[in-house]
Amino acid sequence: MATAEIAVDRAALFEFLTRMGDNTLILGHRVSEWCGHAPVLEEDIALANTALDLIGQTQLWLGLAGEVEGKGRNADALAFLRDAAAFRNCLLVERPNGDFGQTLMRQFLFDAWHHVMLTALTKSEDPRVAEIAAKAVKEAAYHLERSSDLVIRLGDGTDESHARMQRALDDMWSYVGELFIADDADRAVAEAGIAPDPASLKPEWEAIVSEVLREATLKAPTSAYVHKGGRRGVHTEHLGYILADMQFLQRAYPGATW
Amino acid sequence: MSSEWPLWEVFIRGQHGLNHRHVGSLHAPDAELAIKNARDVYTRRNEGVSIWVVKSVDITASSPSDKGPLFEPSNSKVYRHPTFFQIPEEVGHM
Amino acid sequence: MYAQLVKSEGMKSAAELSPEERAFQERIDRGEKIEPKEWMPEGYRKTLIRQVGQHAHSEIVGQLPEGNWITRAPTLERKAILLAKVQDEAGHGLYLYCAAETLGVSRDQLLAKLHDGSMKYSSIFNYPTLNWADIGAVGWLVDGAAIMNQVQLQKTSYGPYSRAMIRICKEESFHQRQGYDIMMKMAQGTAEQKAMAQDALDRFWYPALMMFGPSDKDSVHSAQSMAWKIKINTNDELRQKFVDQTVPQAEYLGLKIPDPNLKWNEEKKGYDFSEPDWSEFFEVIAGNGPCNKERLGARVKAWEDGAWFRDGLLAHAEKAEARRAAARVAAE
Repeated sequence: MATAEIAVDRAALFEFLTRMGDNTLILGHRVSEWCGHAPVLEEDIALANTALDLIGQTQLWLGLAGEVEGKGRNADALAFLRDAAAFRNCLLVERPNGDFGQTLMRQFLFDAWHHVMLTALTKSEDPRVAEIAAKAVKEAAYHLERSSDLVIRLGDGTDESHARMQRALDDMWSYVGELFIADDADRAVAEAGIAPDPASLKPEWEAIVSEVLREATLKAPTSAYVHKGGRRGVHTEHLGYILADMQFLQRAYPGATW
Repeated sequence: MSSEWPLWEVFIRGQHGLNHRHVGSLHAPDAELAIKNARDVYTRRNEGVSIWVVKSVDITASSPSDKGPLFEPSNSKVYRHPTFFQIPEEVGHM
Repeated sequence: MYAQLVKSEGMKSAAELSPEERAFQERIDRGEKIEPKEWMPEGYRKTLIRQVGQHAHSEIVGQLPEGNWITRAPTLERKAILLAKVQDEAGHGLYLYCAAETLGVSRDQLLAKLHDGSMKYSSIFNYPTLNWADIGAVGWLVDGAAIMNQVQLQKTSYGPYSRAMIRICKEESFHQRQGYDIMMKMAQGTAEQKAMAQDALDRFWYPALMMFGPSDKDSVHSAQSMAWKIKINTNDELRQKFVDQTVPQAEYLGLKIPDPNLKWNEEKKGYDFSEPDWSEFFEVIAGNGPCNKERLGARVKAWEDGAWFRDGLLAHAEKAEARRAAARVAAE
């Protein structure tokens, strides 16, 4: 670990790593809520695979975050013992599951960003980051393939499925922009060559999304309004309920091993 | 609407280069999604590297009553089996 | 078990069998597998549909009590393991529905019968999971009981059912262990954790014993099913085996099985134990268990809410096929 420590503010690196890990943690949590309740068995199984990938990635990102922080917190401590204001996930991933169309649209919009981001991270100057990205990018590629395929099919399916997917897109759209806005921490890790500048990912994300929406016969909303705050710890009300659920045992029985 | 997705048979070739093997079936609206579903359902434990799917209704199966005529001839072609040939021990492993 | 109280079509004596039926029975006696398109007595087919269908329903309803705790699992690793396990159950349901489909009934038809209550699922899944140790107890006791049944069903006479069982047994090998692993952590943990573990055992012990179904040593249905090798052991045999296997495991955990009559019987080389309250069992089967309404309600809701999704994908597949066909015509 002491080798080739890159000159970057530890706090900024920790911030970046928790943003990655909290995104996968919260989205994995949301997706796992479907287990046993999906519209068809094959989809139930496929969604669980996605959630499992995301939980696995969380262990890696938050594990590294804990190391970088150097205060003895491991991935579980970060996941189960921080309060909402310390979480750094984007607002998009904490959106409620809604109907299956909303879940899929949220997944697609995230996957498109996630895949572009992870691809860039495979070239990170920090070998630990590059290594996690190399594993995660393969998983994200499949997630994107699946979610974009389903968005296309349902957009171009029945009148009802089209209407639901359009509504989902309208609902989720304003929660994506946050992922492309840089703050000081982003600039610090970008300067150190650890991660790309968030804004630099946008053209590729747009290319993916516009192509899929075109095939899906869906229209991207014209409103440019962006909901933001998640990446600096100001969340929607939903996150509190997610954490109440997720952290219940660790909070109710402090210090127990499970 | 609410008609059922068709049934597909799934064949998977594993890591070791053996032939595709029938592993089970599943439902999917078309072949492309059948492949995706097969990946998610039947390779959860890294079982496969290549997947074939075919609509169950498109499979032509030998009818059970043909069992005799279809399979008995090959039972008699014992020369297809390596143990049919007696190789002198001195020749070594073959 | 996962298929309880499966009614089998009437048992005939050897003399009453038609030549076809006799030949069929002889094949089974020789240990041959019966395959989908081969001739089979109508009763064999119907009984198997009931049994395999009920088994499949139990797998997917069985996702629910454990699924309850996926979002509350106490560590990331526990969350991943539990999710993988519940996902396996969906997979097992899928394999079993496919096996049933080879008998000439579609998955949607079977689901319709689950949803309207005309087909049942195992009584055990109508009990609630109230604390984290319940997830341990379900893996340890419920999967333990299920595995006991499924291992012998690998030898069942119907080929597709047998193959599904072989795959399921292979995948399930970790399920019971993960349950016991949770129980060990709880039993060796804080006083509160140990209390949760004991509480879970107290609540799940008798429902687990009920999984094997009431004694069937005098049941005509069971006799026929056993002759057809779609049932291999009697309910009592399996229950005894389960108790004998489980008592030492509970002792290792330092937990007490809630049965004052539990005692080693040197003569039969097995434990004597109390019967569960069978009136409770029949109430649960009749729909009056603690969670019947929630469990079935959740399945029906998932099905109804998902209709637009299934229809949408099918409509797209049909459109895409029509477009391909039109392109082929244009190219010619």
